[in-house]
Amino acid sequence: MKPHRTIADREDVLGAIMLAPSLVYVILLVGVPFAFAILLSFSDATAGSLHFGWAGLRNYAAILGDPIFLRALRNSAIVTVGSQLLVVVLATAAAQVLRATFRGKRFARFVLLLPWAVPVSLAAIAWTWIFDSTFSVINWTLRAAGLMHGWLYWLGDPALALVAIIIVQAWRIFPFATVIVLAGLSSIPQEIVEAAIVDGAGFWRRLFQVELPLLMPVVAVAVLFGVVYTATDLGVVYILTGGGPANTTHVLPTLAFQRGILGADLGQGAAIAVFLLPFLIVVAVAMLRLARHTEVGAR
Amino acid sequence: MDGVTLSIRDGEFLVLLGSSGSGKTTLLRMIAGLERPTSGEIHIGDQRVDGDVPPRARGIAMVFQSYALYPHRTVFQNIAFPLEASRTPRKQIEEKVRWAAELFSISRYLDRYPRQLSGGERQRVALCRALVRDPKVFLLDEPLANLDAKLRNTARDDLKRFQRRIKTTTVYVTHDQVEAMGLGDRIVVMERGKVRQIGTPQEVYEDPVDTFVATFVGQPPMNLLEARDPSLPARTLLGFRPEHFLPKTVFGTGDDTRVFRFAVRRVEYLGSDRYVYGSVVEAGAPPPAEVTIIAKVPATIALAIPEGETHEFAVPRRALRYFDADTGLKRAP
Repeated sequence: MKPHRTIADREDVLGAIMLAPSLVYVILLVGVPFAFAILLSFSDATAGSLHFGWAGLRNYAAILGDPIFLRALRNSAIVTVGSQLLVVVLATAAAQVLRATFRGKRFARFVLLLPWAVPVSLAAIAWTWIFDSTFSVINWTLRAAGLMHGWLYWLGDPALALVAIIIVQAWRIFPFATVIVLAGLSSIPQEIVEAAIVDGAGFWRRLFQVELPLLMPVVAVAVLFGVVYTATDLGVVYILTGGGPANTTHVLPTLAFQRGILGADLGQGAAIAVFLLPFLIVVAVAMLRLARHTEVGAR
Repeated sequence: MDGVTLSIRDGEFLVLLGSSGSGKTTLLRMIAGLERPTSGEIHIGDQRVDGDVPPRARGIAMVFQSYALYPHRTVFQNIAFPLEASRTPRKQIEEKVRWAAELFSISRYLDRYPRQLSGGERQRVALCRALVRDPKVFLLDEPLANLDAKLRNTARDDLKRFQRRIKTTTVYVTHDQVEAMGLGDRIVVMERGKVRQIGTPQEVYEDPVDTFVATFVGQPPMNLLEARDPSLPARTLLGFRPEHFLPKTVFGTGDDTRVFRFAVRRVEYLGSDRYVYGSVVEAGAPPPAEVTIIAKVPATIALAIPEGETHEFAVPRRALRYFDADTGLKRAP
């Protein structure tokens, strides 16, 4: 036994040492690029050149006057909000179903979680087939069921393409949200649910007045994650529509990629990407406040 | 649950008493409709409710052990919840909640959240929530178990007074026999899904039907001792309450008692009583396998009882109970 204090006894030092690797990681791979992106957005840097000139707010002025950018901004908002609304409703419903006991429940849970495990790019490629203009299985099914007589050009029509993107984004986040909501549901004390039953509350009253309010903090966290994942996602839109037709379905990440990397205008690409920031900060603050607020009411 | 036949009188305070796993809570939940019996019938009033009558249509109200208050609703909203569920007009809800809160003196907490209340206050909110439904039956599942010992006594008294006042049939589940004795008009002693005895607290205490009830009710439990008495059938157990087992000198010469030689091992001084632990030694016979016998000597008997010595103790014959050692059932002397 060592008679004097070792490093393992000194929690202050030990803490610093153990935190260091992740701190270095975050600084080098998140902090630096982030700062660099902000810096770039004020420059006239281009790919293929080491020239770095101060451009002031010119990049921002340019994109704000650009209808394609404004449309991408709007699309980002629509896709994020739309997919998250869909996710909240579907995940709550699925969690209710998965909570019940039935045969094959474990299998159902496994299948449900699959989309979460599939790489975005692979999944998006599969979805392009589902939405294909000639071979769309959705169209085929709708027609075979006699529900539709025309033909939907999913990825060829700007509005339908947005719907398709929303569906894929929702599909992607849905398993994760379901698992979170399921965990939240099982944390509601059984006696409270039973009290509501004895108090005469039917299914809907229980859902909306007892279970959902108690789930709010958990749902808020799920939505926060969903928003961040969706708003920053490049792959789905890039593979599904590539921003087309005619730049109508760009979201901020794809537009930033197109301008900054493919178009070599690093400055403008960075400016577009940075535009996500205030948007995400607002969402994060709102969600965390909501989570805290509902928690105060609870317990 | 096994062959439980039970009829509860209108306005009665019935206590289901048993240890955990005795089925008392399951029985309560079946009455509530939270669980369905595989067979058998349940009637509330003149309505048969087993089968498809949901809890809300049974005219019952239940208080859970954890109180199960809705944490995101204020006290007012908690109490109002069953009324909202039954679509009571807003104004009536308001009146009723205030009336109930008044009754349990929690009016000033109506705007608070459950987490801002003490255990006793939460319990009263839970009772209020049950009360406003005007139930035909109150179902209470260990409502005092989560209170500290001091509060439990006053809460017990409050509960009993309240039930006497509103005269609603009440089924009360507890594992605490003091609570059961203190509250129940009748007690149902349960064990492993079966009813062992139904009776008033006095009947259950004084005339237990078998050794299980004899040792489950009463603190310390009834002493059981093999009789070794030629005048009694073979394999008979003698039962007597610790408070009846007293030094022989306490009894007058005219009292009809049965005397035992009592080897005292240890004396526990508890203020109002002394608990004397030891075993009965029978003349001629080898000492029986150590059966601990307890005497509860009230403080009014100041007699010295030294440890490690053998004393003469006696039990009045009218306080002796007889049980079959094999079946455990009560038998006539």
